[in-house]
Amino acid sequence: MKNVTFCIIEGKSFAFYGGIIVSVFFILLGLFAAYNMEHHGHIITGMNNQIVWGIPHVFAIFLILAASGVLNVASISSVFRKIFYHPLARLSALLAITLLIGGLSVLVLDLGRPDRLVVAMTSYNFKSIFAWNIILYNGFLLVCTVYLWFMMQRSMQRYYPTAGLIAFTWRLILTTGTGSIFGFLVARDAYQTAIMAPLFIALSLSLGLAIFILVLLIDCWETKCSLGEGILIRPKKLLGILIAGVFYFVLVYHMTHLYFTGRHGVEYFILANGGIYTVLFWGGYMFLGTILPLLLLYHDRFTRSKASITTAALLTLIGGFSLLYVIIIGGQAYPLEIFPGKEIISSSFIDNAVHSYTPSIWEIMLGVSGIAISAFLTVMAVRILPFMPRSLADTDVDEVFKG
Amino acid sequence: MNISTQNRRDFLKKSAIVTIAPGVLLYSIAQAHNAERPVTSATRWGMLIDTNKCVDDCTACLNACTEEHGLTENVPAEVKPVWIRKVTLRDRQTGKESSLPVMCQHCENPPCVDVCPTGASFKRDDGIVLVDRHTCIGCRYCMMACPYKARSFVHEVLENQKPHSPRGKGTVESCNFCVYRIDTGKDPACVEACEAKGHQAMIYGDMNDPDSEISKKLKEMSSSVLRPDLKLNPGIRYQGL
Repeated sequence: MKNVTFCIIEGKSFAFYGGIIVSVFFILLGLFAAYNMEHHGHIITGMNNQIVWGIPHVFAIFLILAASGVLNVASISSVFRKIFYHPLARLSALLAITLLIGGLSVLVLDLGRPDRLVVAMTSYNFKSIFAWNIILYNGFLLVCTVYLWFMMQRSMQRYYPTAGLIAFTWRLILTTGTGSIFGFLVARDAYQTAIMAPLFIALSLSLGLAIFILVLLIDCWETKCSLGEGILIRPKKLLGILIAGVFYFVLVYHMTHLYFTGRHGVEYFILANGGIYTVLFWGGYMFLGTILPLLLLYHDRFTRSKASITTAALLTLIGGFSLLYVIIIGGQAYPLEIFPGKEIISSSFIDNAVHSYTPSIWEIMLGVSGIAISAFLTVMAVRILPFMPRSLADTDVDEVFKG
Repeated sequence: MNISTQNRRDFLKKSAIVTIAPGVLLYSIAQAHNAERPVTSATRWGMLIDTNKCVDDCTACLNACTEEHGLTENVPAEVKPVWIRKVTLRDRQTGKESSLPVMCQHCENPPCVDVCPTGASFKRDDGIVLVDRHTCIGCRYCMMACPYKARSFVHEVLENQKPHSPRGKGTVESCNFCVYRIDTGKDPACVEACEAKGHQAMIYGDMNDPDSEISKKLKEMSSSVLRPDLKLNPGIRYQGL
């Protein structure tokens, strides 16, 4: 088998410095937003006592899911022994770490008391899935770091498959935990279902792979690493399967709710009468995020073009973000069923209305800074350590594959 | 001599009074105030709300709560902390209307306590569900979990806080059953206000004590809880709903 060689990026190009400057700018904007939210309170955001989790949570969960899913490429290489993916494993594990740090940063900076992070780290209620997630997220960072170390240091490579298996199992548990944050909520009609866990796992895989493809394309463009069409064909096929997988779980989720009489209200709200949530579900998730990318990935006319694969990956991200927005915010906007069988004539606490939410600029700044943190860390890491394969030309990769 | 003996006796008497009296006084205060007694599960504080007696346009309980806990922030309704609210309902089948206050239901199995990552949401042994403001990180997961929308997040800088009911920007809060009043043998502010209005729609007491008024009433009449399907066994019960 031909040895794959890795390189650092040169870091002298306009794109490198441009990337650093843009990401630092957005990180600073996010920190400024967090400072203001801390100083004035969450009153400057669009979140309120009805919609308690807003767009920062959509960004945070989007990044956390993507972090878990992006490791898939490394897992395929080390757990399922597909040597074809081996040159990409380092980048995959790196992205898992940087995306998770980005997502967690947003989550922490949105807390009412971010200064009490040490309390969250030291005081655990083990019945809370949230507490378990804190352990799972921190553990994931550790597991991925060790995984990378074993991957990159020749003397440790015999432990590499074991580390890969642990990382693979860990991320499945982690995403189960993230989905269960919603699945375990007993009172809200939109949640309280075990399917949230597999739905989030499927979504994490599709988001992660889409991000991986995009980062690979950008990095290869920056490092002028030759990228053969062949290297994109396999992830492309996989992306199509994962998009279809997410759709399957979304379908089952809605079918179940449509079957339960008690949940017709929330279903009608999301699917037909929910304003922005309905538009995002059908337009954002279904059309842009599912139908179009599937067409781009499978239709003969587009199927081998690099541009169509890039577009499909981008659309997958838009669809995933829309779906998360609908799940997280739409699920809260629909009023709680506190008085079954009763009509609420009046309430001094807005019990009888769909709750409104308009994200503020502060929240968007905070959310975008999560992406910027991930981007900044990734760019710095590939500049310092050899994560990128020197060549991904079809001939080289094929040789690896044959080996 | 006589005068001197008299003086000595007086002096000893006065000394005894000065020495013993504060001790006796402190002892009697300790006996009168429940604060000295440990909180145990032998007590289950609860409330019975008679919706037939609750007057539709009366907000005495709400005003009392606002006053008692200093919930006076001048902010939009969506972000204003609400510990107790008035709701008017109409039965979809029968058309019967009822008016009732809704607050933290102090569940026996509170979902807010289950989900709280740091254990800041907790239930005292006597059934009162509270938030420890020192360990609340402001994640709002308890607000997502509460089936009654009974919790509020403090979105703004607070002013004019009441020393007996401390609050904190960036933390979650809800009805605490005026725990510091209960611990000193008083009723919660809302119950007192309802009684002062002469409506007597709210009865507060120990549901574990068979001789308490609330236990007797609960035994006599049928009552219901909100969302019984969730099997949370709330401490707030409603009559006539």
